Amino acid sequence: MTIKLKTPISEEDIRKLKVGDEVLLSGIIVTARDQAHKLMVEEKPDFIRDYLKESVIYHCGPVVRKNEDGSWSFVSAGPTTSIREEPYQADVICEYNVRGVIGKGGMGKKTLDGFKRCGAVYFHAVGGAGTLIANTVKRVVDVLKLEEFGTPEAFWVIEVEDFPLVVTMDSHGNSIHEEVLEKSTEVAKELLNK
Amino acid sequence: MELKNAILELLRRAATDLPPDIEKALKEAHDREGEGTPARAVFKTILKNVELARKQSTPICQDTGSLIFYIDFPVGDTEEKYRKAIEEAAIEATKKQYLRPNAVNPITGKNSGTNVGINHPYIHFHQWDKDEVRIRLLLKGGGSENVGTQYKLPDSSLGAGRDLKGIRKVIIDAVLKAQGKGCSPGTIGVGIGGDRVTSYILSKEQFFRKIGERHPEKDIAELEKALYDDLNKLGIGPMGFGGKTTVLDVFIDYQHRHPATFFVAISYNCWAFRRKALAIKNGEVSYDD
Repeated sequence: MTIKLKTPISEEDIRKLKVGDEVLLSGIIVTARDQAHKLMVEEKPDFIRDYLKESVIYHCGPVVRKNEDGSWSFVSAGPTTSIREEPYQADVICEYNVRGVIGKGGMGKKTLDGFKRCGAVYFHAVGGAGTLIANTVKRVVDVLKLEEFGTPEAFWVIEVEDFPLVVTMDSHGNSIHEEVLEKSTEVAKELLNK
Repeated sequence: MELKNAILELLRRAATDLPPDIEKALKEAHDREGEGTPARAVFKTILKNVELARKQSTPICQDTGSLIFYIDFPVGDTEEKYRKAIEEAAIEATKKQYLRPNAVNPITGKNSGTNVGINHPYIHFHQWDKDEVRIRLLLKGGGSENVGTQYKLPDSSLGAGRDLKGIRKVIIDAVLKAQGKGCSPGTIGVGIGGDRVTSYILSKEQFFRKIGERHPEKDIAELEKALYDDLNKLGIGPMGFGGKTTVLDVFIDYQHRHPATFFVAISYNCWAFRRKALAIKNGEVSYDD
């Protein structure tokens, strides 16, 4: 069964989610990659605070188009590899009261502990589904640090509708990534002994 | 100018139009997964995305990859002519958002903004006797490139010796370590022998083969088939969510090695396997997958 969620999301609602749940996410979310995470941990800027409160961070470096009227459109916007933000993610979530992270590949123990402590989950997007995800972006609300960070690394504040996701790490300490790694390692051991 | 336009169209097709053999393999993978599983949902999203990208002429994946060109050209032509046309086409394709700017100077951190830089796009030239031109292109994503790896046999930690059994072991190890991180289900290219450099090159060149195209030698073809079955038993599945399809195919080739060395290079291509070719014969341009 698919669960529909809209930001802002309460802690109570996020704690109801468990690994394997399919979610269609709507509302305002914020893209952030390596430079943005480093900045949020080192300088804790306030300019992004209201956008992030009870919202979701999206690990994404989009292809964007500037329209003639000066507005922006997302052309292709799939997830990027999340594990690069592992040193920062838990701190960012707790500092800014973020309810979830969208990315690909999953994250590590430090982030999983952060999810448990502060009430957040990992939403896995389909890597490579750039066009489909860009089509769920209804409008670009704001862009911050564009000059300094460049297109892929800027904070893009976007409104999405029915962004398809799967919860692969929840706020109760479960991770599909850990489960699959354990199981596949067992199978590999058998195969290697053949 | 015509050559530049032909290459621009090649880039557009590669970025936006997934080859039919890959799409078919993904459809079959979708049908194998049970109703209501996350794996099936992922394949459904993938297939819908492929269709949308083709219809809208927008990139399948926002990581439009590194540009890898293989050119066969007739005697009398200059390499420079092709290099210039490729660079101009790459610049224009980036402006048209067929490509994301993906050429970064590793020293300054500056993105050239055009996909043109030092040894970027990568172009492999080959002169042949035919009076025609063939240009083959791969757009290879960065996430899948990061899970590629190279082994030096023997490898005592895996108990892998210098034989087909040892080769099989390191391939299983590489796919296990990749998990879903290379945007599985992946296609695996393997280069056996050669040196540090040429083993990787050979592994990449396997990506010009089509799904199901077996190696002409029986032993290698059988290893490819056996590995396809074994790797799909790992259960890593699409995006690493668990599932029945972890790899779409395994392509292996070999070359002679130095007596002291035994390299096995493994390249991983994401499910968004972007491969296109064009031919120019008697002034006519035609495209292929």
